[in-house]
Amino acid sequence: MAITQLSIFLENKPGQLHEVVKRLSEAGVNIRAMTIAEVRDFGILRIIVSDVEKAKAVLEDDHIITTTEVVSAIMEDKAGALYDILQALESANVNIEYMYAYTGEVTGSANVVFRVDDIEGAEAKLKEAGVEVL
Amino acid sequence: MTHYYQKDIETASREEILKIQNEKIRKQVKHVYEHVPYYRNLMDEKGVKPEDIQSVDDIKKLPFLSKADLRESYPYGLLAVPLNDCVRIHSTSGTTGKRVVAFYTQHDIDLWEDCVARAIVAAGGTEEDVVQVCYGYGLFTGGSGIHGGSHKVGCLTLPMSSGNTDRQIQFMMDLNSTIICCTPSYAAFIGESLAERGYKPDDNKLKAGIFGAEPWTEEMRQSIEKSLGIKAYDIYGLTETSGPGVAFECEAQNGMHINEDHFYAEIIDPDTGEVLPEGSKGELVFTALDKEAFPLLRYRTRDICVLTREKCSCGRTFVKMCKPMGRSDDMLIIRGVNVFPSQIETVLLNEGYTPNYQIEIGRKNNTDTLDIYVEADPSRISDKVADIQDMEAGLASAMRTMLGIGPKIHLVPPKTITRSEGKAVRVIDNRKLHD
Repeated sequence: MAITQLSIFLENKPGQLHEVVKRLSEAGVNIRAMTIAEVRDFGILRIIVSDVEKAKAVLEDDHIITTTEVVSAIMEDKAGALYDILQALESANVNIEYMYAYTGEVTGSANVVFRVDDIEGAEAKLKEAGVEVL
Repeated sequence: MTHYYQKDIETASREEILKIQNEKIRKQVKHVYEHVPYYRNLMDEKGVKPEDIQSVDDIKKLPFLSKADLRESYPYGLLAVPLNDCVRIHSTSGTTGKRVVAFYTQHDIDLWEDCVARAIVAAGGTEEDVVQVCYGYGLFTGGSGIHGGSHKVGCLTLPMSSGNTDRQIQFMMDLNSTIICCTPSYAAFIGESLAERGYKPDDNKLKAGIFGAEPWTEEMRQSIEKSLGIKAYDIYGLTETSGPGVAFECEAQNGMHINEDHFYAEIIDPDTGEVLPEGSKGELVFTALDKEAFPLLRYRTRDICVLTREKCSCGRTFVKMCKPMGRSDDMLIIRGVNVFPSQIETVLLNEGYTPNYQIEIGRKNNTDTLDIYVEADPSRISDKVADIQDMEAGLASAMRTMLGIGPKIHLVPPKTITRSEGKAVRVIDNRKLHD
């Protein structure tokens, strides 16, 4: 089951991130994972949140938001765990556009988020390799 | 079949027009010299006497009038008749400084409204039409000028004035407006508002629109035509010369015929003041040939434009002016290249962006830098940095083709470029060249 990531286009200047986080905070939306891809003039804030619709509602009037389906896999906290996951994706010939990880709810594991060109293929292959997918 | 409001003059031969112009200019120069001390002094300084002006060819001997002269002579300094003979005043918005007030006798109002009537008929207007005037009424010339022309044609006139878009749309739909007159940006806004309310372009009865009072591009014309389901015609004028109707577009939609029986046009080099040959790009200068109350001779409009005398398919013989390509005072020289903000707007519309932008010019290591901030279209933004960089690179390349120099493009979120109620701040020049 793919999960929905929100990507928010931000100008690279003071206060931009603060403002987004403030709105989410006021709306009671929990940010479960985040990463920022930045170049000189702008950045893209990518977040996984507890309530996608609510987050969109408080942000979309003043921000450019895109929603993207991403694959989230549960990875054990041990050496070689990421390698196994990437091995599975490699064998399915899935291209990873970007990825990031966050602490999962289960102690001793992390969640890894993958933006890929073939979600179904990636998920099928991960399950086949015994990786738990959110 | 082409219709004309005043066919004889609109299709007169070159010789006939010249004959009329020559007669009028002799009389006009005498009138101004005798009644406007301010201009008489300018002529005396130049050593020009009324009898030196025998034909329109001699107009080049006359001194120019500029906006600065109008400010200096405010309010009555250029008035050429007793105030008792005047019936109306109009005024500019005063965005570039002190307001200009213009005076009109009944004769002046009549000739102005005739000019507007020619424009309405050229856009296909007849007494069958319902003309919705959503230019502002008041001191601004737009509302009352178009209103008067519409009466002359015998159209049913809706004096809406500007704003209150809900009411504009209600009247347009309920009273079957067929011609709409306003600024092009308001026309575009009405188009968007109709779509938001679920109307399709052919749900209205509009067939034509006459738009002016601000610069607009060919691309904007196409988008307005599509959103309202109409033909969009340009109209040109200035408060200083009377108001809208100095020049108007015909069915050919490729330039505006100047009402040459009332206004004589020249193109000059904005730096030297020298008259340029036909087809040259330069500053547009107007001489009012038969206005009584506020007869400006050789008024420098600051609009950069080209005049052509190519035969027009509509049969009108009046010289044509192109859409003003910019203003001599907002032309930017960047790395030695002349750049007009209107060119940047054209590229943005061509590439599918909104014309909300800001230009920032700077100087680094003795070389000019050009940065253009553009509001991104949310539907085209992706979650990948590379996609956005590709969009910026694509736009920069289109700009380079049009401008001749390469800018740095910065996409910014919508609504982040400051808009003011009146004119947007488009250009920030940080070069300190005069210290």
